[in-house]
Amino acid sequence: MGRKILFITTDQQRYDTLGVNGGQLSRTPTLDQLAREGIRYERCQPASVVCMPSRASILTGQYPSMHGSWMNGVPLAIDAPSVAESLHDAGYATALIGKAHFEPFMDPFGRFVENSLASLGIPTVDQPCYDGRQGVHRGFDHLEFATHGVLGSLHYAKWMNEQHPDAISGFYAVIDGDLNVNAAGGGDSNAPQVKLNPVAREWYHTDWVADRTIAWLNQQDSDADWFCWMSFPDPHHPWDPPASEVGRVPWREVPLPNNYPERASEREALLDAKARHWRAWYDGKVVSNYEAPAHWVPATLTSDQVREVNALNAVEVELIDEAIAKVLHAVDAKGWGDDVDVIFTTDHGELQGDFGLLFKGPYHVDGLLRLPLIWRPARATMPVPSVVHAPVSLVSLAATFLDVAGQPAPAWVEAAALPRSDEEARARSFDATITEWDSSLFGVDVHVRSLVTEQYLYTEYQKGTMHDGSEGELYVLAEDPLQRVNRFSDPAMASVRANLSEVLRAHELRPGERAQPGTLLAPV
Amino acid sequence: MASMRYETRIRATADEVWRVVTEPTSIVDWFPGIVSCVVDDKLRTITTATGLELPEEILTNDPLLRRFAYRVTLPIFKFHLGVIDVIELSPEESLCIYSTTAEPDVMALIIAGGTKGALEEIKRLAESKAEAN
Repeated sequence: MGRKILFITTDQQRYDTLGVNGGQLSRTPTLDQLAREGIRYERCQPASVVCMPSRASILTGQYPSMHGSWMNGVPLAIDAPSVAESLHDAGYATALIGKAHFEPFMDPFGRFVENSLASLGIPTVDQPCYDGRQGVHRGFDHLEFATHGVLGSLHYAKWMNEQHPDAISGFYAVIDGDLNVNAAGGGDSNAPQVKLNPVAREWYHTDWVADRTIAWLNQQDSDADWFCWMSFPDPHHPWDPPASEVGRVPWREVPLPNNYPERASEREALLDAKARHWRAWYDGKVVSNYEAPAHWVPATLTSDQVREVNALNAVEVELIDEAIAKVLHAVDAKGWGDDVDVIFTTDHGELQGDFGLLFKGPYHVDGLLRLPLIWRPARATMPVPSVVHAPVSLVSLAATFLDVAGQPAPAWVEAAALPRSDEEARARSFDATITEWDSSLFGVDVHVRSLVTEQYLYTEYQKGTMHDGSEGELYVLAEDPLQRVNRFSDPAMASVRANLSEVLRAHELRPGERAQPGTLLAPV
Repeated sequence: MASMRYETRIRATADEVWRVVTEPTSIVDWFPGIVSCVVDDKLRTITTATGLELPEEILTNDPLLRRFAYRVTLPIFKFHLGVIDVIELSPEESLCIYSTTAEPDVMALIIAGGTKGALEEIKRLAESKAEAN
């Protein structure tokens, strides 16, 4: 019997939303305790700041430029490598419960497995593996899907429509009549993507994901090895948690974020110091990507709206923490308490008011880049608690899971398993992470590469619709933790910039068998 | 309004490709995700793997031009026009073009994403029939 793996992800959660990371709004005792028992990472970055490429990087252990899912709406190739497949081959029972999003959601035909399984009523289907064999879908024996609402054809939506149809209308309509991300306001402050949702807490997708995870775990033999990816759709917008829970964080008492200057002129000066698309989006002149409402102008965001969004986000984070506690209790009840590695993270962050912005896009600053990551190794291994300050990437997760399972990392994995301490990080040269952005939608294309080291956050904008290839951003993290002073053009930083640029060049030129970049088949 | 187009070269005669495209209910064989199809004169109703029923009106079925045009009549579409053209390149090779124009714009992207997969299946079916002949 080996170590079991409970891999927990949320969607679009900032580093600073956990108590253990200094967050003040949410109470997260379960995650805080896991961090105290295990390893907490101070600088974890995603390979992409949107869902599909980032999640594909978790599954494949590759950067988007290698696995080919380069933006939302571009499906991960069906025969892409998968760590779940490697674990399945090693004898692990494998499940993904909650949000997958390796394939586009907007798929009325149901030609992608994620969208057809619930209608087909089966746990998975056979698909080609990367090595040409047939295997269960992306290596998962069992799949039950949910996303941010109750529309569509996923398992949670089907369950809600069958079991609680009267509660459907209480959810925020994520998409508007033109199929764009909805800009309609709600709540007390009329904030976009906010709604008071009367749904019963136990019917909300956070509890559903936990309940379905427990149901799957309870089906496993006591001595089975298993890998379970429990994937919560929250705290991604819409911010419509059960109304019964909203009083946990009264929004009027929520302080404004450190990086939200109340004076518009101060916000605008900060934006003007960055590459041009920041201010263009703020002013409503350009929407470069589908993930933010097409008809919403960030400059209209008010202080109260920031407060209310952050309050509701905090409520959703608390509900997730409590759902995790419920699952861990079930794990203990099965007698597995000492044998399970628990790894918690998210796929990317959320601007959540920083610089006067919400949502996400090609804006590589800590709001989107810096993620919570906690690894509580199985207690039976006598883990030494630690805090890792070295930069690490979600791309390392695939190798980490395989290492836990006692399996070698395959050649297709682009990053080594996570270090367990700063000493180990230094010895194994964990000194930089890279985040990629590529998008091309309705005539606007943006291409960004960013590098995070212990000292710097460095971004280069490649040639695109809004950039001529000469723009960039350089922040000195120790003296400018909020990334307000762009030193890209500072002559005193020329040699630093040259060195960092060289690392990005090396990344672009790295060896490896790149998948053909996928085709954009849907906006998300 | 947004318009998108995919195309593929097929190693089969234009007539063979045209037969694949226009066999009344054959769309089930070549459009990924479509699980059933009922044709009643100019009306075609397809059902997808998600359980969605899409009513369509066939606008053109021209064997001389080898053009098939249709529109989805679901209310969420403010406009839709789908066109499949089959063009003879040589006695052994043809070009199949699948165009989608729709409003809302996002719908063009979604539908066209499906047509890309459809073209791959049309190619596979037509070439396998050509080889069998």
